[in-house]
Amino acid sequence: MHTQLDVNGRAYALDHDPRTTLLDALRDHIGLYGTKKGCDHGQCGACTVLVNGRRINSCLTLAAMHDGDEITTVEGLGEPGALAPLQQAFVDCDGYQCGYCTPGQIMSATGMLEEAKAGDPSHVSASLSGDVALDDSEIAERMSGNLCRCSAYPFIRQAIHSVEGKE
Amino acid sequence: MRPFDYTRAGTLDEAGAQLGKTAAVIAGGTNILDLMKLQIMTPERLVDIGRVPGLDGIEADGDGLRVGALVRNSDLAADGRIRAGWPVLSRALLSGASGQIRNKATTGGNLLQRTRCPYFYDPAMACNKREPGAGCAAKEGVGRMLAIFGTSEHCLAAHPSDMAVALRALDAKVAVRAADGSERTLPLDEFYRLPADRPDIETVLGPDGIVTGVVLPAPVAGSVQAYRKVRDRASYAFALVSVAAVVTVEDGRIARARLAFGGVAPRPWANDAVTAMLEGEAPDDALFRAAADRLTADAAPHPDNEFKLPMLRRTLVSVLRETTGLAEPSIGTDRTDAAA
Repeated sequence: MHTQLDVNGRAYALDHDPRTTLLDALRDHIGLYGTKKGCDHGQCGACTVLVNGRRINSCLTLAAMHDGDEITTVEGLGEPGALAPLQQAFVDCDGYQCGYCTPGQIMSATGMLEEAKAGDPSHVSASLSGDVALDDSEIAERMSGNLCRCSAYPFIRQAIHSVEGKE
Repeated sequence: MRPFDYTRAGTLDEAGAQLGKTAAVIAGGTNILDLMKLQIMTPERLVDIGRVPGLDGIEADGDGLRVGALVRNSDLAADGRIRAGWPVLSRALLSGASGQIRNKATTGGNLLQRTRCPYFYDPAMACNKREPGAGCAAKEGVGRMLAIFGTSEHCLAAHPSDMAVALRALDAKVAVRAADGSERTLPLDEFYRLPADRPDIETVLGPDGIVTGVVLPAPVAGSVQAYRKVRDRASYAFALVSVAAVVTVEDGRIARARLAFGGVAPRPWANDAVTAMLEGEAPDDALFRAAADRLTADAAPHPDNEFKLPMLRRTLVSVLRETTGLAEPSIGTDRTDAAA
């Protein structure tokens, strides 16, 4: 079957099996390997991308469901020499060890910061109506869909803190 | 995944015409694709309703709201009307899954998600829900996450949804479209079946039915609402037990109490006898303990989950204390506005 995807501002026309997940389309059809396959069941978050600006697990959706959608992968945020602030913050804060979860962490944090800016509450928010103050507990809760088996969590939180509120 | 045909429905009529015993609806896909990868569900056709118009909004419905089946869990939780008038629903949604999954999972899909019983999820194990008549490996197996109410000798699985528990405490109804295009709305206790001897049939939806939305009754003015979830880790885990409460205290007495319990039954669990003990009475610790004892009196635990009985009792007492003013509210307990 045929699906059109807009990935990082470029149009791709794919001819694929209906079973192809968005993750496999990005990696195996388009050749963008930044998005990682970890658990392939939505538990680890390594495959996180933005679809129409919102973070999702690309392993738990079919490419066919995204005909015409705008996808942003870690390659679309920035490139070596011109990193996005969050990418640079992960470097500066040493927000990883092996690095396998890092693209998913960065894409998830990118989406999460927009959600917090919009005032979306979380499970740990004291009030459902107040402004969101991204302290450690808020960041940990909002990023709980991204596992780091090296357990670099303190530095991941630090990297996210360091860009919060900066444009 | 086993091979399947993928079709995108432009309307509910188109979707209805393509459904049947070997087909399945896909919307967000976060649960069914997980199950299809493990070959626990093997539909021959997926009917994508994700772009059917008219199902992705939250609209006024009398004094209440109608939530379209395609509204994302994150959008429903963040909706200003829901936060103000039905906060227990926001809290329940925010306690479930992860940020990524809530951005994709839909209201209809949340209701229809399958159990996380480990024996349902393992094709090597006997499971009457996966394969009717095969037996239930959970009975002699590890039973920590299983249900304690409403089970049968054929199935001990618990329903995993947090959202549905809040909806039960809010007396919400599920809007269901039948194959002939007619629609009806059902209370959750009528929408969900108990397993009895057919645990594979979880709702009254049938193979051609489609959930089109959820109807919330008018907000309960001046209520205190709470969703309390107890689980093995702080985030992104299913409930061991959970309690949803919508409580109104007037003139020092509990005027109205609606309670629902998650992680403990094949559907959001409620017990009218417990509610009847509370309504009309003054908030009191001994009363709350008696109500909690009444709740678990007819539990039928697995040897591995007897711990859920005292856990559920303590959680209920704690929630009742906070929602009636005997204790300071903690995070997850919110007050709605008094009547205008």
